[in-house]
Amino acid sequence: MSGFPISIRPFGAHAILIEWPKRVEETILTDILNFTDYLKNVCLQGEHWEMVPAYNSVTLIHRDRPIDFNSFKEKLSQWYNDEWSVTQTKRFLWRLPVCYDEEFGIDLPLVAKNLHISEEEVVRLHTSHTYTLYGIGFLPGFMYLGGLPEALEIPRKSQPRAKVIQGSVGLAGKQTGIYPQDSPGGWNIIGNCSVRMFDPRKEEPCFINVGDKVQFYPIEKAEYDLHKIEGEVGIYKLDKSVWNA
Amino acid sequence: MLKVLKSGLFTTIQDNGRYGYLNKGVPVAGYMDTFAATKVNKLLENSIDAALMEITMTGPKIQFEAATFICLGGAEISAKLNDEPIKNYVVVKVKKGDILTYGKLVQGFRAYLGVKNGFKTVRVLGSRSFFISVTEKNHSSEGDVLKFDEVVEFSPKIMELKVPNYYDKAKLTVNKGPEYELLNDKQLEYLFAREFSIANENNRMAYQLEETIPGHEISMLTSATLPGTVQLTPSGKLIILMKDGQTTGGYPRILQLSDDAINMLAQKKFGDLINFKLIP
Repeated sequence: MSGFPISIRPFGAHAILIEWPKRVEETILTDILNFTDYLKNVCLQGEHWEMVPAYNSVTLIHRDRPIDFNSFKEKLSQWYNDEWSVTQTKRFLWRLPVCYDEEFGIDLPLVAKNLHISEEEVVRLHTSHTYTLYGIGFLPGFMYLGGLPEALEIPRKSQPRAKVIQGSVGLAGKQTGIYPQDSPGGWNIIGNCSVRMFDPRKEEPCFINVGDKVQFYPIEKAEYDLHKIEGEVGIYKLDKSVWNA
Repeated sequence: MLKVLKSGLFTTIQDNGRYGYLNKGVPVAGYMDTFAATKVNKLLENSIDAALMEITMTGPKIQFEAATFICLGGAEISAKLNDEPIKNYVVVKVKKGDILTYGKLVQGFRAYLGVKNGFKTVRVLGSRSFFISVTEKNHSSEGDVLKFDEVVEFSPKIMELKVPNYYDKAKLTVNKGPEYELLNDKQLEYLFAREFSIANENNRMAYQLEETIPGHEISMLTSATLPGTVQLTPSGKLIILMKDGQTTGGYPRILQLSDDAINMLAQKKFGDLINFKLIP
């Protein structure tokens, strides 16, 4: 799988940045994630590294000590050129429920008007595509999803809201995503996801990983309320399947 | 334990940080001035991950409800134990009922209060550091009770430490950031030949600088950011991310502060001056 021209650069004393060609592409993302897995499971196993992949890069941060850049760079180049036998990590497709009722989809009428389609068509388009998770950041559990259909591209709001509620599903530019917590924000809100994307009470606070895929499906308000209750008592079951098997 | 009778401007509990969740967007958090906090823990012979209280600009009023040994460090905020002034970096015995107060800010911006064996407040995702959306609170408020274990006997190896003062220094040492090479001569000249002042927008997430440099139209894909990353916005504003800063960003990362520079910046407040010095 390896074979992209990669660049390896220092990022302060404790971190190193590896970059792939500057494109939003699944083959690049897969190569990054496979290489990261190889580093984590083989080359740097047991060491105190944080690895943050996003779009066309992965940043390696050592928790305890500064990095000797030149010697580490050399090792990384060698490892990238190794014949890695990747034991492929399972990547999941998550089907996430979204309630598009007017109570939640506060910008849905305006979005439909500006895109010259009906509200039903906005929902149909939003739920009929599969999105790839290219990164997590900005807020704990905030997903950078790629793959939005062009017909749903709409600029962010000129006047950001002081508070967007947790779970809000939004559109902005080429992106769609979910606010994992109450936050100020300028995205156009079209619904609310009943699943908590970040829950610090859980050992794994954010179930999704970069490289996973997401599909949204519409639910009624009653179903939304039920999911919320099930989530609180811990019996809600997420809909997931392996997509790279 | 102790009781917070008055909270001060922004008082939190911090340890050496929360690791293992950067790839889920959870910042490291932890004490802003690692140098000062580490010295306090060392004097108390605490473990490396012992949690301290981080105090910002104005101090709290605290009542101890059990005996322990304390040590202060970082900014000087005219601390008094039962009306007797106490100095930084000195181990002091406290009794049940003792009251710690703070007065005028003399120097620095963030002070630390360490107790023997550290605070035993709730640990979430491997750390006691306050960070909203992970921990319930993002700062202490009046009436809070913060846990620690009573310690009656302790003979410290070192009672007092002379610590060099870096609060008046303006020079922040930096490395080139990943997008440094995209800067033009004019931007470089502004960046290294001028002084910058700390904007009013400064907190545990980020320090913004008041003065701008020429802007840019560089577009990049979102990528990781770190505490100490200096971002340049298209309009030329400089934003220095700190311990609670977001873990990814889309602005060019032009500089990366050294560890010393992060500690120094943590002691700067609105209006203070800084300049950047590239590490050769």
